[in-house]
Amino acid sequence: MPAQSLSGNALQQLNSFSVADAIRYFSGAQLKDYGGIGGLKTINIRSMGTQHVGVFLDGISIGNAQNGTVDLGKYSLDNIDVIELYNGNKPDQLQPAKAFFSSSGLYLQTARPIFESTQKKKLRTTFKTGSFGLTNPSFLWQQKLSNSFSSSANAEWVSAHGKYKYRRSEGLFDTTAIRQNADITALRAEVAVFKTIHTAGSAFLKAYYYASNRGLPGAIVENRYYNPQRLWDKNFFVHGSYKNQITEHYGLLLNLKFTRDFTRYQDPQYITTQGSLNNTYEQKEWYASVAQKYSLRKWWSVGLSTDLSYNTLDANLYRFAYPQRYSYLGSLSSHFNWDQLSIQTALQYAYFDEQVKHYKASEDRKVASPTMALSWQPFVNQNLRVRSFYKEIFRMPTFNDLYYTLVGNTFLKPEYTRQYDVGISWMIENSKIVESFSTQVDVYYNQVQNKIVAVPAANLFRWMMLNLGSVSIKGLEANINFTKRLFHDLVWNSGLSYTYQQALNTTKEQSSYNHQIPYTPIHSGTAHGSFRYNNYSINYSFIYTGERYVLPENIAKNWLQPWYTTDLGCVYNFKKVQAVLSINNLFNQYYDVVLNFPMPGRNYRLSLTLKI
Amino acid sequence: MKNNQSNLLFFLFSLLLLSCSKSKDVVDEQNTQLPPQEAATIQGFYLLNEGNWNTNMASLDYYNYATGIYHKDIYTKINSNATLGLGDVGNDIGIYGSKLYAVINASDKIEVMDVNTCKRIKSITLKNCRYITFSNGKAYASAYNGDIVLGSNSSLGIVVEIDTVSLEIKRTVEVGRQPEEVAIIGNKLYVANSGGYSPPDYERTVSVIDMMSFTKIKSIDVAVNLHRLKADAGGDLYVSSRGDYYDTPSRLVVIDSKNDVVKKTFDIAVSNISIAGDSAYVIGSAFNYNTNNWTNTFHLINTKTETLLENSFISDGSASELDKPYGIAVDPTSKNIYITDAKDYVSSGMLYGYNKEGKKIFKISSGNIPAHFAFTYK
Repeated sequence: MPAQSLSGNALQQLNSFSVADAIRYFSGAQLKDYGGIGGLKTINIRSMGTQHVGVFLDGISIGNAQNGTVDLGKYSLDNIDVIELYNGNKPDQLQPAKAFFSSSGLYLQTARPIFESTQKKKLRTTFKTGSFGLTNPSFLWQQKLSNSFSSSANAEWVSAHGKYKYRRSEGLFDTTAIRQNADITALRAEVAVFKTIHTAGSAFLKAYYYASNRGLPGAIVENRYYNPQRLWDKNFFVHGSYKNQITEHYGLLLNLKFTRDFTRYQDPQYITTQGSLNNTYEQKEWYASVAQKYSLRKWWSVGLSTDLSYNTLDANLYRFAYPQRYSYLGSLSSHFNWDQLSIQTALQYAYFDEQVKHYKASEDRKVASPTMALSWQPFVNQNLRVRSFYKEIFRMPTFNDLYYTLVGNTFLKPEYTRQYDVGISWMIENSKIVESFSTQVDVYYNQVQNKIVAVPAANLFRWMMLNLGSVSIKGLEANINFTKRLFHDLVWNSGLSYTYQQALNTTKEQSSYNHQIPYTPIHSGTAHGSFRYNNYSINYSFIYTGERYVLPENIAKNWLQPWYTTDLGCVYNFKKVQAVLSINNLFNQYYDVVLNFPMPGRNYRLSLTLKI
Repeated sequence: MKNNQSNLLFFLFSLLLLSCSKSKDVVDEQNTQLPPQEAATIQGFYLLNEGNWNTNMASLDYYNYATGIYHKDIYTKINSNATLGLGDVGNDIGIYGSKLYAVINASDKIEVMDVNTCKRIKSITLKNCRYITFSNGKAYASAYNGDIVLGSNSSLGIVVEIDTVSLEIKRTVEVGRQPEEVAIIGNKLYVANSGGYSPPDYERTVSVIDMMSFTKIKSIDVAVNLHRLKADAGGDLYVSSRGDYYDTPSRLVVIDSKNDVVKKTFDIAVSNISIAGDSAYVIGSAFNYNTNNWTNTFHLINTKTETLLENSFISDGSASELDKPYGIAVDPTSKNIYITDAKDYVSSGMLYGYNKEGKKIFKISSGNIPAHFAFTYK
């Protein structure tokens, strides 16, 4: 399965503030960004839709049963070590069943304490400031408790007024204004205890808390440059995990998690008999997962993952259904691994049982779907691989899709995807010409049936969901990355990615039949480069997104201009201190990722980190 | 190899820059030939396309009877210097004297244009404005948000009086919650209150405003969640209730304006209504949450006898072409019927024309969510 990964230096070179900024550099990924520091940011992989992307934090899904989307803007890079993106799914047998139940998987790995032999503790503190009135201190403390136990505590605070200048021009008018009500205050705190078990095993217990209070600046339309809506979030989870190779042949992974997500939305201009509109939502999830892997032969292993989750959603809405869902997920997998060939097959099975306190529940659903992948290395001494995969999977309509009745039609069919992919990857290390070189090219064909497309409706927090029927997507992705030592101490590192996507609505009876679906560019690409010289480095990154349409019909009225941005970063390391200056959107381009949600022009950020 | 790579980088980079410098196509203003209509007293009509919320895509089309030409998106072309165009969500349109008034709901404004040229004269800010009507040199518009006189914490709406010469708001009056359509009969202004922001606590009344004092003199209890309100030739008001979307269905209520009492109720689905001569043309497109289905109806009511006629006013069986009938206007002279289809609310809508016998004479693609009509007179 195609995989892309960002970690360490590579991650830092992208001048990114949040996980959302960084993943724009993955090919096949389209970020939907409502702009600004507190703006909603969601990811869409290979045009199959945001809700088909599984987001996993430390291996466990951070889904959202209410709307199926994860705001990646909430995840700062402060404590994230590795970001990986897998098309299909991560090719690992010892992982929760849920990992198999998405069309693509985004994996975020938080920092694990690793100590040198004499070290007892590690401290890291960072302070970031810059445009938008940003104040962003963070603190990480890792402590070795005994030979096998360690702990870590991490906290981060973000505060910004979020204001920025933007420009609108078309025809004969040209106007600039300041983005308003875009402020955010957020706190994130995590504590964790880690244990290593013998050589191959590990366990951890982690608690996470995030709270934010932000303005929703809304769409900029004629005569309305200010929107007063507000949003409050409180997310809490506690996650326990145990992983061990019990015998030579048998591996076991256990996960338990409880999540509570609270959201409050307020609209001071929407005045009801009870005062201004004040909606609250509370989601809870109880989750248990057992994954097992057994090696039958040296070249053959089988895996069985079973998950049970129970989700509820409460809201203070009129005629709210109070839905709850029991999800039983299972995945049975078989991997054949020979020296030059590997064949992976898996069968997913799911059963969903839904109940509501009021009105009508969605019917119980059962589904089985297969996955198949193979990888072939034609030459023993060349790291060249030919790979291919086929995957069928579906997603349940979210609670919002099914039970949210204030805006639009919420009765939607479930959504199925089918993916075919063929690609090659080639890697060279320590050759005469370059230190490292890697490239991958994939062509793919995806089909989405009963596709649900989100079109911004009333405000950021609400969507207009549409059953676009079916979509067929033909795509090509290409990546090149290389590192080259130019002189003695000067290292050049660079990467390019290109994505071609033809994502056509194939619903015959619609006027947008055979039109490119909304918010999907045909061409998009990124380039980044960095030069490192001793303690200094300069990073450059560039993103291009081609023309898009904001509504299903590809007509001039729905056309959205292509955009590109350039970011620049300078890094200086001195002993235990690191200083980073980032200039984002260097050429001060004004653009919209989402229609009428203007993005910031040139902006600056300074970051100072002290490690002890 | 190094050189090749740099070249490739440079090549890709310049390619990207080139493809960015393309500018947006000129607005695809289209003129389409439709069958001409007799241009006696009525010369044609404007059609206001609402445009989906937050897209800022409200647009204005014009059908010229004499030439039969249908002009699309004329506002943008004529007012290319108007910052951000016509605006977001066109909610109503009306003509009085030489001026055309478009009520743009999410842009909090009433756009006043020259009726002949469509050129902007003025933009009047009115928060969450809804519908407009005219009388004696004044325009009267309803608005959900009454904070200009009631403060920001009031749930009540207002009706404002606008001088059609100075285009200034002169007087305001407090009405019910989320007021919708307005109509004037004699010395009284009627406004349908919906209360749609506080389900299930909907409003049930039509507020009656005395035009001299511009104060509310009474409230008529009608039904929940009122919306449409049209006056017929005989001094009656046809008021629609949206129902509560669950247990209470939509219906049409007739009020006698002489004594301001309800005199008749029709148990039919009403999404829009147009009155011409002694006929009320009623389209219904009600969503039933129990069956998850939409059903479209096309009722004709004789406003003289107040009886529901048996037949649909579309007689040639073409009604099934309409997916989501949304706006309706009947030409008072020719009795031609014009109906818009909003379809899925994100695609271009359709405008259908029928003759007075109810036979389809044309259909044409319009802007996004075509909805509101204003006939132009000689």
